[in-house]
Amino acid sequence: MARYITKRIIYLIITLFIIASVTFFLMKFLPGTPFQNQERLTIEQQEILNAKYGLDQPIPVQYMNYMLNIVKGDLGVSFQFENQPVMDLLMNRIGPSLQLGVQAMIIGTIVGIALGVLAAMFQNTWIDYGSTFLAILGKSIPSFVLAALLQYYIGVKLGWLPVASWNGFSSSIMPTIALACFPIATAARFMRTELIEVFGSDYITLAKAKGNSRMEVAVKHAIRNALIPLITVLGPMAVGLMTGSMVVEKVFAVPGIGEQFVKSIMTNDFPIIMGTTLFFAFLLTVIILIIDILYGIIDPRIRLTGGDK
Amino acid sequence: MKNSKYYLIIVLALTMVMIAACGSNDSSNNENKEGSSDSGDSAASGEQVLNMVETAEIPTGDPSLATDAASFIVFGQTMEGLYVLDENDQPVPAIADGEPEVSEDGLVYTFKLREDAAWSNGEPVTAHDFVYSWQRALNPDTGSQYAYMFSGIIENATDIMNGDADPEELGAVAVDDHTLEVTLEQPVEYLNSLLAFGTYLPLNEDFVEEKGDSFGTNSDNMLANGPFVLTEWDGSGLTWKYVKNEHYYDVDNVSLDEVNVQVAKEPSTAVNLYETGEVDRTAALSAEYAKQYANHEDAATFEEGSSWYLKFNQERNGEETPLANENIRKAIAMAFDKEAFTEQVLSNGSIPTDGYVPRGLATNPETGEDFREESGSLISYDVEKAQEHWEKGLEELGVDSLELDYLSDDTENAKRTAEYFKDQLETNLEGLTLTLENVPFKNRLDRTTDQDYDMVMHGWGPDYLDPLTFLDLYVTDGANNQASISNEKFDQLIEDAKVTYANDSAKRWEAMLEAEKILVQEDTAIAPIYQRGRLTLIKPYVKGLEEHLFGPDYTLKNVTIEK
Repeated sequence: MARYITKRIIYLIITLFIIASVTFFLMKFLPGTPFQNQERLTIEQQEILNAKYGLDQPIPVQYMNYMLNIVKGDLGVSFQFENQPVMDLLMNRIGPSLQLGVQAMIIGTIVGIALGVLAAMFQNTWIDYGSTFLAILGKSIPSFVLAALLQYYIGVKLGWLPVASWNGFSSSIMPTIALACFPIATAARFMRTELIEVFGSDYITLAKAKGNSRMEVAVKHAIRNALIPLITVLGPMAVGLMTGSMVVEKVFAVPGIGEQFVKSIMTNDFPIIMGTTLFFAFLLTVIILIIDILYGIIDPRIRLTGGDK
Repeated sequence: MKNSKYYLIIVLALTMVMIAACGSNDSSNNENKEGSSDSGDSAASGEQVLNMVETAEIPTGDPSLATDAASFIVFGQTMEGLYVLDENDQPVPAIADGEPEVSEDGLVYTFKLREDAAWSNGEPVTAHDFVYSWQRALNPDTGSQYAYMFSGIIENATDIMNGDADPEELGAVAVDDHTLEVTLEQPVEYLNSLLAFGTYLPLNEDFVEEKGDSFGTNSDNMLANGPFVLTEWDGSGLTWKYVKNEHYYDVDNVSLDEVNVQVAKEPSTAVNLYETGEVDRTAALSAEYAKQYANHEDAATFEEGSSWYLKFNQERNGEETPLANENIRKAIAMAFDKEAFTEQVLSNGSIPTDGYVPRGLATNPETGEDFREESGSLISYDVEKAQEHWEKGLEELGVDSLELDYLSDDTENAKRTAEYFKDQLETNLEGLTLTLENVPFKNRLDRTTDQDYDMVMHGWGPDYLDPLTFLDLYVTDGANNQASISNEKFDQLIEDAKVTYANDSAKRWEAMLEAEKILVQEDTAIAPIYQRGRLTLIKPYVKGLEEHLFGPDYTLKNVTIEK
């Protein structure tokens, strides 16, 4: 196991390295300079500024410098936020995004699994149709539409929750719901399909034959097996949360990282683009690693290492 | 199995740590909230508190590096230069103690500084603070993107900016703590408005040097010498505060105790915050909301200082474009309904204009008449005339139809604008086909710099309060010309306004009036469309908020809450 994890961590570093390199060169294709006041700067002034930020050097040299700095743990300094180290900016912004992501993920999977189980246990009844309807709704309504609707009806009309801002738990409720919608729908759909399949298998029939109640069979035997495919989609789901959060953060004025990512691309803020890309890539690869480990726990048939008994 | 349970525990533990980390974040936020609700309570007991929305984060608290409206707004509340803008956008002495002594040739200004001006750490504001700040902004090591604001104005600024001279050689000297002597390259009529601009603000050397690279990166690393002090700004956050600066020389005339700012980038969010009463003022509303709220009782409109027009590129890839033909340019400039455009498409208080220099920017030094009023209508919407020019132009070019590119930004508003112009121009000018190219801002800048376009929707805002800040863009080979616009007479008039009549304001004014006439009416090198306006919502109990068309969007010094 330890060997497996070490191996995976080495892969992780290689993946990050490749992502950093590709992003670096793609970024250099962006039009314009990172200078906000570009329109009013003369060519000479732009050259002076380029020299100050090392942007006058050939791209391979810039690439080498950048990579060396990353290894040293220095992500550079932002252009749009003058003199702000990228690391500080990320640190300031990651907290809220992570909190929303984790909350949405937890609520999404729990509610989703519950809906899916209900739907499968009461297949072809109104419960099943209702849950399927909710799932389709959740999948097809974009999170920003839901965010705007929630904000207007719950925040403005009913006044139950703060319209926007980031002040404690109450202000995280609406963004979490807006974000959780997609995971709920995904989880519910998967759970239902898998459970129905599992319910049809021989060992379930055996469990039933042994005299277990319907509930016992579902909880003790069926759900655990049905969870495996769900875990597969947790990774893409997490990615969905990251991209969804860009819009939801904007609507609810959450000081998160998603929204900053888009802005950094629009303003050619090279160090922030690199910083956020690396951060997202890191997060994703770690999530995938955790999911792979979870596999082994939930399904003993999946062995992480060959010889280990 | 035993193993797997162990890993399950690890994973669970990791999850708990993550949640706990977020949880701790929460609790600190809760404390903040309690803090602010405390102040809310005290507001009831007579404290003056204003809550408002901004649309962007503060990029920097360093005046030398600032380029963004959001930063200049902060300096508008927290700092004062030699001059500030009054409610009518007229520069009035601030840190300067009255008007300066000016040498007869108009080159040497001697400013006396107020002796009671102080920084928020109690240190006095001295002449040395100005010298230090200006030298710092010009030093190429600082990387200021507004260093050019000194160029051609203060002696040796251009050389220092380009790294050809030492910052110490700048024509600004602290004679003593409260006397500043500024030597100009040539007389500059609009110097006062420059002195009110962000890049000309003073800086306390000891403080800046002590903070080093972290100067201006959060509210603890900043000093104020104006009505308010910035607090609770973490460097990139979406909230911050202004509190009354007790060291400010005119603190007795500042009513507001506290201002809470919340960034809401989504217009609907800003409006919803306003509707629930959480904020007292929105920032400028985007078109779809402006239209909806235009007749709202709390709606306030303001004419900004930026002028928007179609710029015609006369030379592309080394060849003349059809727009090098004067009749074609005139035809296009007359073929769209500006009034319908500002009312129906923008509907945010923008006004149609038949000239280039915006209203409210400068007045005749003798009569006090506004430049725009005096210059009058230079080219207006007239479909018949447009069609006459169009026929003539096509004949001169020897073609019966034209295909042209229309380049602009890719914002919602820019796209709607593009569609409007396509519809108007293609309907009114037979044989014209417009290809719309809506590209990201940086892309547009690159393409205009390369002159890779036919016409572009271009907007320009003032660097100082004088028509020259608009007109001198279009001198032959000017850095921002980018359209091969060239007219010897125009160049001469601009040179006159800059140099020859630098000390003769009446003649200078005449030269600028004539220059605009040549650019717009005679040559129609550009086609004026509108002067941008902004529509905000502001609660009726907020009095005395002053909006500006140059420098900070608004100042809060004189705001009172009259509930």
